[in-house]
Amino acid sequence: MTRRFGAIRDIGLYSDNMHEYNTATAMSPPVTLSAQNLVRHRDHRVVVDNVSLELRRGEVLGLLGHNGAGKSTTLQMLTGALPPHSGKIQVCGFDLLDQPLQAKACIGFLPEHPPLYRDMRVDDFLLFAARLHRIPSSKLAASLELSKQRCGLQDYGRKLIGALSKGYQQRVGIAQAIIHNPAVVVLDEPTVGLDPAQIRDIRALIRELGNSSSVILSTHLLNEVESICDRVIILQKGRLIYSGSSAEMLTNGNMEEAFMLITKNGAAAT
Amino acid sequence: MIRTIAKKELHSLVSAPSTWWMLALMQFLFAWFYFGRIDDYLQVQAQLAQLDNAPGATISVVSPLCSVLALMLMMLIPLFTMRLIAEERRNRTWVLLLTAPVSAFHIVLGKFIGLMLLIVFIVACCVAMLSTLMLGTHADIGLMLANILGVLLLAASYAALGLYFSALNRQPVIAAAGALGVSFGLWLLDLTASDSRGLLRAISPNSHFQNLNTGMVNSADLIYFVLFIATLLWLTIRQLNNERRRAS
Repeated sequence: MTRRFGAIRDIGLYSDNMHEYNTATAMSPPVTLSAQNLVRHRDHRVVVDNVSLELRRGEVLGLLGHNGAGKSTTLQMLTGALPPHSGKIQVCGFDLLDQPLQAKACIGFLPEHPPLYRDMRVDDFLLFAARLHRIPSSKLAASLELSKQRCGLQDYGRKLIGALSKGYQQRVGIAQAIIHNPAVVVLDEPTVGLDPAQIRDIRALIRELGNSSSVILSTHLLNEVESICDRVIILQKGRLIYSGSSAEMLTNGNMEEAFMLITKNGAAAT
Repeated sequence: MIRTIAKKELHSLVSAPSTWWMLALMQFLFAWFYFGRIDDYLQVQAQLAQLDNAPGATISVVSPLCSVLALMLMMLIPLFTMRLIAEERRNRTWVLLLTAPVSAFHIVLGKFIGLMLLIVFIVACCVAMLSTLMLGTHADIGLMLANILGVLLLAASYAALGLYFSALNRQPVIAAAGALGVSFGLWLLDLTASDSRGLLRAISPNSHFQNLNTGMVNSADLIYFVLFIATLLWLTIRQLNNERRRAS
């Protein structure tokens, strides 16, 4: 138990640690998230098979794949929502399994189903999320305003979450993921259920987040990848079959053809 | 961090209409028992007065009512504890706590304290009703305090037990049924034990409550309750840690 208390106090050191960490890798943007050889089974079936990936600061990484390819499972493992059967995950230099509190402080996560308390008001919920991520009380109001403004929720603070439309619930989900200004933002299908205008706003927001932190997002929309992602990885049946820049993918024509070709070759190889 | 989680838990318990329905029903039943008990007492009061060292109003009315309150809380608390973890899992809000920089220790203690604040409020309402007894007679304050302490400790034991079952299950109803079943079993252990000092009675929280119920504050009973609560909270923390750290 004492060890755990110690770990909590160490969180204060996070910024110092981060600083050293940045100067050490000053040449190229620092790696904020790295995962090695992640494996996860479900009922004797391999859902994620030996996936490794790396994310640098200022990068937006798109995770593509068919339904059931293991995208959501991978993202859940990266955020600590699901423990991997084997493999290592480091966030901002902290091991997710050995130093979970420090590592999780650097992550913001929007799961496939946004974790929203339907009986809470938007403001109360976002403040709860902010406090959970240890934002000091002096900065709570500013963080709340900023994240609401970024997600277009300014006029919805007093509304009950359960009474909001699906699109606005999704926005609240994104707002809770970015309220503590995390170094790594993980978004599982962020634009699902949004109308075209909202999709445009959220994409602009993701690009903006990509300037200061790193973003990893999963999606089915190939034009989304084309417009906002710097790099793409493609999963098929739990395996990583492609990793490269989105510009590279586009050299052979349009995104859709490139994706179909890669997944077809991947299926033939396995 | 514990305060943040406790506050949120209390807020969501209090903002659910079902909580108030249950509390209203419980107050109604409690008032019914209270009047029934006073009525009984008034009928035999004249005969009691002829006895040497006759039992007073407090021991005749407050003590039995606190036993009734303990029984009501035994049935009520699993309905609250099932929401604390199992329902969060079912509603998929659990992932918010899983991915936040909070330890299982914070989550469990936060949720336990949040629920205890509501329980203290429930007990306070019942005690307020009982203290109307002081309008008509001199109440035995010491006996009343021992009873309040006993009810709170017993309720805390049920809350810790319910929380553990909530951590074990994904389905809230199964969590509630499991906690109620075990609480009921522990109560039966006390009821059916043949000897007064046997092992079976020693492990039942109810038999330890009985001493407090009769006004005897025994340090062994207090230690038993603290151990019972601490063990179950520790088991809950362990259960959550196992899930978070080890893939199954």
